[in-house]
Amino acid sequence: MVDFNGWDMPVEYPAAIGCGIINEHMAVRTGVGIFDVSHMGDIRLAGPQALAAVQHISMNDASRLAIGQAQYSALLYPQGTFVDDVIVHRLGVDEYLLVINAGTREKDFNWVRDNTRQFDCAVENLSDDFTQIAIQGPKAVDVLQKLTDADLSAVRFYWVTRGTVCGLKNTLIARTGYTAEDGFEIYVPADEATSARVWNEILSAGKEFGLVPCGLGARNTLRLEGKLPLYGHEISDTINVWEAGLDRFCKMEKPEFVGRTALEKAKAGTLTRTLVGLEMTERGIARDGYKVLDGGGREIGYITSGSPAPFLKKNIALAYVPPEFAAVGTVLKVEVRGQGVGAQVVPTPFYRRPKKNL
Amino acid sequence: MAYPTDRKYTKEHEWIQASGTSATIGITDYAQESLGDIVFVELPKVGAELASGKTFGTVESVKAVSDLYAPASGTVTEINGELATAPEIVNKNPHGSWMLKITLKNAGELDGLLSAADYDKFVAEESGH
Repeated sequence: MVDFNGWDMPVEYPAAIGCGIINEHMAVRTGVGIFDVSHMGDIRLAGPQALAAVQHISMNDASRLAIGQAQYSALLYPQGTFVDDVIVHRLGVDEYLLVINAGTREKDFNWVRDNTRQFDCAVENLSDDFTQIAIQGPKAVDVLQKLTDADLSAVRFYWVTRGTVCGLKNTLIARTGYTAEDGFEIYVPADEATSARVWNEILSAGKEFGLVPCGLGARNTLRLEGKLPLYGHEISDTINVWEAGLDRFCKMEKPEFVGRTALEKAKAGTLTRTLVGLEMTERGIARDGYKVLDGGGREIGYITSGSPAPFLKKNIALAYVPPEFAAVGTVLKVEVRGQGVGAQVVPTPFYRRPKKNL
Repeated sequence: MAYPTDRKYTKEHEWIQASGTSATIGITDYAQESLGDIVFVELPKVGAELASGKTFGTVESVKAVSDLYAPASGTVTEINGELATAPEIVNKNPHGSWMLKITLKNAGELDGLLSAADYDKFVAEESGH
């Protein structure tokens, strides 16, 4: 177990039960795995001006959300850098749920509360009310369908529904995740007995599909293969939206949101660094914080996340480098224990799940 | 875990098995279990000198990078080439998957290392059991 922002969480489950990061990762890519992601925080905004409040504090366009739909977005500081990334769920006419990261829960809640005071809308921190369980992988739908009366085939990716799950009425079921795979996240009451019962029922229901419990380690390698950003790594309070390459989730056609003015200015200027995907071409593993060098050995950037990629069976990394080194095919080096080890800029995401009709 | 009694152990989780002036070095079951899936082992070349207590290489799992510490001083005579292509054998059989062989500079150095029983006690404390 490791301390993860105050949560006691497993990096991986024991090899004795068929787990370990590689097995957990592969289960999610080829079958199904479950994650206890209760460390994620939940903020509910409800009231006549809930939409206006969400629009003000987030960079994506929440007015496009139908009831039951969700979108990836981010909360920004006035300088266009990240408070956090979030998933915005529209639960009702005037009701939104923001799902945020563990490490930034208090900061996020305070920030949301302080920046929405001018709107007629209640802001509630529901973070401690839910146990959040992610069921992820191509067979996630088969496992969860055994445990719910909700018709999951009718729920598209990034949509939510409610249904009875493991006997719990009106449970929120979202077709979302952080694995670059199909899957669901369910929100059940946080009391320990209920949480444990639901967890165990999912484990039993998943047995026939080879379901395994997965820890933080596999969560990280899965999201890295899919180039999903992690706060404190690819995004932070010193990195802006354009640098992080999250342009398509930032709707500049919205007339106003916190950070917009600075982003407009930044867009007119020149980018000094940009996020790229690297694949090691020589023997060595890039790790978080390692230096990136140009072909001549000069330091030009740094690794934000680096790891062996269990499904791709390559050593991959994300890095910030100046734009002139960002073209696919650019030959670079990563400094590993004092040695420059060969790497190359590759297209991202490193992994894209096979398309299927949902 | 019953640790083999035919060798000595370090608090950094290496084992060393001596036979006369030559010795074989690897990492313990506790080490492989803590690291998880091992994907990379970096070792010195034949002829390199190891200094007792100093790092001589690196082992990497999916999640972590860990230094290897020399249990004793000596000259490398052989490295286990299998680890370059199949590092996972260390997870499967840590006490059989050796990393390198050395000629000991001073066999007496081994007297200062842990016995199997002492190492067992040490890791039990370290893992909080």
